[in-house]
Amino acid sequence: MTALTFRRGGVSLRVERQTLVLAAVMVVLIVGLMVLGLCYGASWMSPARVFDALSGGRGGVYVREWRLPRVVATAVFGMALGAAGAIFQNVTRNPLGAPDVIGLDAGAYTGALFAFTVLSGTAVQLATGSIIGGLVVAGIVYALSLGGGLSGFRLIVIGIALNAMINAINSWIILRVSLDVAIAATGWNQGSLNGLSWGKIQFPIVIIVALLALLALRSYTMHQDSLGAALSVTTGVNARRLRLHLVLLGVGLTATVTAVCGPIAFIALSAPQIGRRLARAPGIPLLPAAFTGAVLLLASDLVAQILLAPVSLPVGVVTTAVGGCYLIWLLSKEVRRR
Amino acid sequence: MSTSRLTARDLTLRYGERVVSTGLTVDVPDGAFTAIVGPNACGKSTLLKALVRLIRPSEGSVSLDGRDVNAFPTKEVARQLGFLPQDPVAPEDIRVRQLVMRGRFPHQTLLSTWSEADEKAVAEAMSAAGVADLAERPVQQLSGGQRQRVWIALVLAQDTSYLLLDEPTSFLDITHQYQLLDLLSRLRNQGRTVITVLHDINQACRYADHLVAMKAGQIVAEGAPVDVVSAELLKEVFDLPCVVVPDPVTGTPMVVPLPGEH
Repeated sequence: MTALTFRRGGVSLRVERQTLVLAAVMVVLIVGLMVLGLCYGASWMSPARVFDALSGGRGGVYVREWRLPRVVATAVFGMALGAAGAIFQNVTRNPLGAPDVIGLDAGAYTGALFAFTVLSGTAVQLATGSIIGGLVVAGIVYALSLGGGLSGFRLIVIGIALNAMINAINSWIILRVSLDVAIAATGWNQGSLNGLSWGKIQFPIVIIVALLALLALRSYTMHQDSLGAALSVTTGVNARRLRLHLVLLGVGLTATVTAVCGPIAFIALSAPQIGRRLARAPGIPLLPAAFTGAVLLLASDLVAQILLAPVSLPVGVVTTAVGGCYLIWLLSKEVRRR
Repeated sequence: MSTSRLTARDLTLRYGERVVSTGLTVDVPDGAFTAIVGPNACGKSTLLKALVRLIRPSEGSVSLDGRDVNAFPTKEVARQLGFLPQDPVAPEDIRVRQLVMRGRFPHQTLLSTWSEADEKAVAEAMSAAGVADLAERPVQQLSGGQRQRVWIALVLAQDTSYLLLDEPTSFLDITHQYQLLDLLSRLRNQGRTVITVLHDINQACRYADHLVAMKAGQIVAEGAPVDVVSAELLKEVFDLPCVVVPDPVTGTPMVVPLPGEH
């Protein structure tokens, strides 16, 4: 196992070679899937025509204004979900501690539903509403699991129960509103990337990129924290501040995606674990989780478009179907471990 | 008695409602090997945790160079006080070198995470703890004894003037126990201050310069083993009838339990 060392002035860094290789492969895979996403749509376009369209040729408006925002948003949102999953799995020290499992997605969706049905539903209102919803659920889960601490099975079980309750509340809200609002909200409930335009995604993408940048600044400390509660503190991690920052960043990432697409289940749960196994890196590494999230969401969205073409399914249907199997496997593994 | 940079004054230590210690005062002698002994649940580990600021005393304070350890920036304390908990858990899929490298965290900044000093400290720590040849092995595949030496290497890489260890010998066979105690002695000779909880009173007598005997959250006796260890003390602290004879090798006190119904 080899590593590369970089040292210049006061800057120094060590990277495992296999991390670099994995990152390069992931980037190629993501770009490949994005190009495929540009080619596929109501009609197939060859990559040559797509590149022509991107540079202003025939059919350019269609590719640039419809397909391009969709694949860009899918890649960025997938990274956000993967990163958020890695955050919460690190904070809870549990592979089940993903935001979608413990009800943060559902809570964010409640906030967004409120903004959508009671307020006028602008992008800023949706984002704010879903972030508040996510934070409220995070607060409730934390308060209820105080006895067992932030780690531990107790938090997960409480989160799963809360998730079910919030989903019931969300259904109730949808039943109470007028039919056309309800139809719009229901499609969104499955987590859908259909009909994204630059106007809808500009603001969320700026937020996500900013949150990911902040997260990158905290990632080295986050990985140090995986040494456990005692050694993390005695080697110099300010654990309380770190955890607060991480929860805020994780809720921000999850809620921003939910505000645009509705809750997309299981990416945040599975991406960090798949990324971890691919990278063979210690703990739950952040970068592989983010890249795997992007790959999973891009691939799921392609499947969602192809499966019942020309009808384009909400991507959440695909991620839930695949992720449900994964969750059953993971749950049985976790229960057996205890 | 020598000077003490690390001191605890009138500590009240508690977990929630349960009070473990009150009015606990300790001066840790600089550059010495201090062993804390006492029966199970007597508050030894709790005292150690308070010294490394894992537990905040509800009254009193722990000071380093006259300053409250909770008032320092946390990385600054981490460059002074190294701690090995009783049952540390390694992150999944981590290799020995990667784990030992984590000990360098308090010396690193966002921009500098692998300086020449880091590399040197990790190499020295691994060879001092005897795990240099395991560097690329996954920690999960190691035996309990090897794993314990890896954790020691992590704390050594932290390069602190204080080493606080909570029952570091508990997972080791007898040979590795004495190897570890010899290593801690060498580190003391190199100028570090060692504070460790030990279960074996004879090991404590042989290796410690300063012995702290605790019972029910209080310090019952402290001082050089030869001055404090007696049959009366053992009866009081451990409720163990015994005779104390000189160790045939080192001349330090050696506890020999008497037969009977304990």
